[in-house]
Amino acid sequence: MSSSFQLGRRQALAAGFGSVLLPSALSAQAPAQRPSEIKIGITTFLSGPASVFGVPGRNAAEMLAEEINREGGIGGVPVRLFFVDEAPGIDHLVGEFRRLVQNERVDVMFASISSGSCLACTPLGEELRKVTLLWDCGTQRIFEERRYQYAFRTQANATPEILAPLLYLLKTRPDFRTVAVLNQDYAWGRDSWEIWKTAMDALKPGTRVVAELFPRFGATDFSAEVTRLLALRPDVILSTSWGGELDTFIRQAAERRLFERSTFVLPLAESSLERVGRSLPAGHIVGSRGDHWHQHPRPANPQALQRFVEGYRRRYNAYPIYPTYHMAQAFSALRAAHAKAMQANGGNWPSDAQLAAAFPGLEFETPTARMRIREDGQGLEPQLIGTTLHSDRFPFAVMDNMVVFPPELVTAPVGQNSVAWLRTLTPDMVNRVPDPIRAG
Amino acid sequence: MTLPRIELLLALLGAAAMVLAAMATPWMKFVLTIALAKGIAVLGIMLLLRAGQVSFGHALYVALGAYAVAFLAPALPDAALLLPAAALVTTIAGTIIGLFVSRYREIFFGMLNLALSMVFYSMLEKFYHYTKGTDGIRVPSLGVAGLQLDRVTYEWTVFGTALALAFCFGLFARVYLASPMGQALAAIKTRETRLDFMGVSSRNVLLAAYVLSAMMAGCAGALIAMTSRHVTPLLSYWTASGELVFIAILGGAGGVLGPFLGAVAYELVRVYAAATVADMWQMILGAVLLLVILFARGGIWGLVSVRLQRRRTA
Repeated sequence: MSSSFQLGRRQALAAGFGSVLLPSALSAQAPAQRPSEIKIGITTFLSGPASVFGVPGRNAAEMLAEEINREGGIGGVPVRLFFVDEAPGIDHLVGEFRRLVQNERVDVMFASISSGSCLACTPLGEELRKVTLLWDCGTQRIFEERRYQYAFRTQANATPEILAPLLYLLKTRPDFRTVAVLNQDYAWGRDSWEIWKTAMDALKPGTRVVAELFPRFGATDFSAEVTRLLALRPDVILSTSWGGELDTFIRQAAERRLFERSTFVLPLAESSLERVGRSLPAGHIVGSRGDHWHQHPRPANPQALQRFVEGYRRRYNAYPIYPTYHMAQAFSALRAAHAKAMQANGGNWPSDAQLAAAFPGLEFETPTARMRIREDGQGLEPQLIGTTLHSDRFPFAVMDNMVVFPPELVTAPVGQNSVAWLRTLTPDMVNRVPDPIRAG
Repeated sequence: MTLPRIELLLALLGAAAMVLAAMATPWMKFVLTIALAKGIAVLGIMLLLRAGQVSFGHALYVALGAYAVAFLAPALPDAALLLPAAALVTTIAGTIIGLFVSRYREIFFGMLNLALSMVFYSMLEKFYHYTKGTDGIRVPSLGVAGLQLDRVTYEWTVFGTALALAFCFGLFARVYLASPMGQALAAIKTRETRLDFMGVSSRNVLLAAYVLSAMMAGCAGALIAMTSRHVTPLLSYWTASGELVFIAILGGAGGVLGPFLGAVAYELVRVYAAATVADMWQMILGAVLLLVILFARGGIWGLVSVRLQRRRTA
């Protein structure tokens, strides 16, 4: 007798469990009418080593959302942000992506710092028919392997980010004969080296690679690698490392005077400049995954750049680094696309498909330039590369002799595989590189 | 009503609640499928826990199952074939590795498993041209038994498969634990030499449980790959193994429902923690584990079974 009562109660519990969850599903069918808020889901690293990029990215997003809401929102509607941590792995991330789209009913997703996360999220966004902006990940595979209707990238990809520093090196110090590489042993480290090597073989055939060092991801000691590089004396040392590993490598190399023997090319070092301070000597080549630099010599809109940099510094007590600019680009693209979609829809609120249709060919402002999204969804972002210089104004190295590469020069054309395209380059490409600009 | 019967009823009720939740909220279906898959893997770990052996490396088999699916999927795009294939691959790997590790006990057993899973992790990461490194491999959309399904039907099919597998493995584990082979596992924990005196090979007893647990973890990995449709080396990282042990402690090793209760609780706590405070979910999970260790040493299942027993005696 008592057991049948117990059964009834448990069934009731189960039914109650279901009914609590039901209402959110029933409110699903919303036609494209003006909502009370625009919900944006943002996947970023909030823990783990890559949070050196993820947390500034989130900071910038919070600052920008407040700014947008103060000015009346997007299309008169305030924005609300939802953050997802990428660190627990793909199954958690993909689950959270679904939750945000299907349960929280977000209007747009900003996906991912990690290339692996982007490769998982982009097809999912397509399946769920939700506009997905790839705000920071580097892999060039996404738009070269498949076409997407709902995914767009509001920044460059690995190809221009690595080709630009190589062209800069060829323009400013063309007489090098040997190169060594020290990259993190994971997909980005390997991919970026493949891009560099392929391009170098086409642009300067005959250059000798004296060492390919891939210390494990998360390494904290580079003394063996530094010893080897000291012995080999390569003319150029490339490292696309980032975060704590790059900081450690710079400090350990500086202590043992490796910087005096070789020219370093560090395409991601802009994000480490403030942290390593004066450990990074003058005369080495630094990039920023785009044209992101708080002392940009020729920003399209100097007031906008200054407002962004000062606003960020006041709030977070640090100079903004490249992920913060990437976040600003994603917001700016969303705003521009929304205005365009609303105009195309006769002033009415756009549906997901109408919003997605506004992105190909879209032009939008960034703090430093005016960018365009190509018809294949890839953003065309200029690349700024410079040489380090010490000055009295900053307690860390800054960039001098800066070249701003136009994106058309360094990005693989639509529909072409990057590596295949890099093989077709010829040495006279260096002549088309713009002249360097001195720091003001 | 006897305790095993109540356990079965509870399992049926739990399954019904999960189906209801998955029907009500589509994203829940995804989270619950992952939870069921992890529950299956933890069930295997629980078999080893019966023998007093903690494996800190079972993520190796989860990842192996997942990568088997990812590698075979382009040639064999059918979930009904991929799942047995993944089970076969992990059974073979489990047998070979089991032959070595079943010689060891306690800390050595745990650490050897951990070492092997990290070797596999490094291989996935370093054989870059085959595994695409940390970027991982995308699993193409799969058919089921020759049928091409749309997205929602496919998701339901995988969810249903996970539920059915969880049931079958759960029932099997109960029968297994009650059999002489299962009873001998408990003997390894209490006093192994007694087994030798009885003429039972403790190595073979442990090996059998190990191979079973590897197969279960492989099925779990295959289900995870079919659900998240993207596999990365992180699946075999030591934190993933730790997660499985965490779930085993959270759920409790006393009964076959424990792993599934633990896995569902773990995934839900993580999702809700991540939804409310995105950058503090680790702390919340840690606090939950601490509370379980301090106040409910038998895990969630321990709490449930104590209540049930009290009710029966009352």
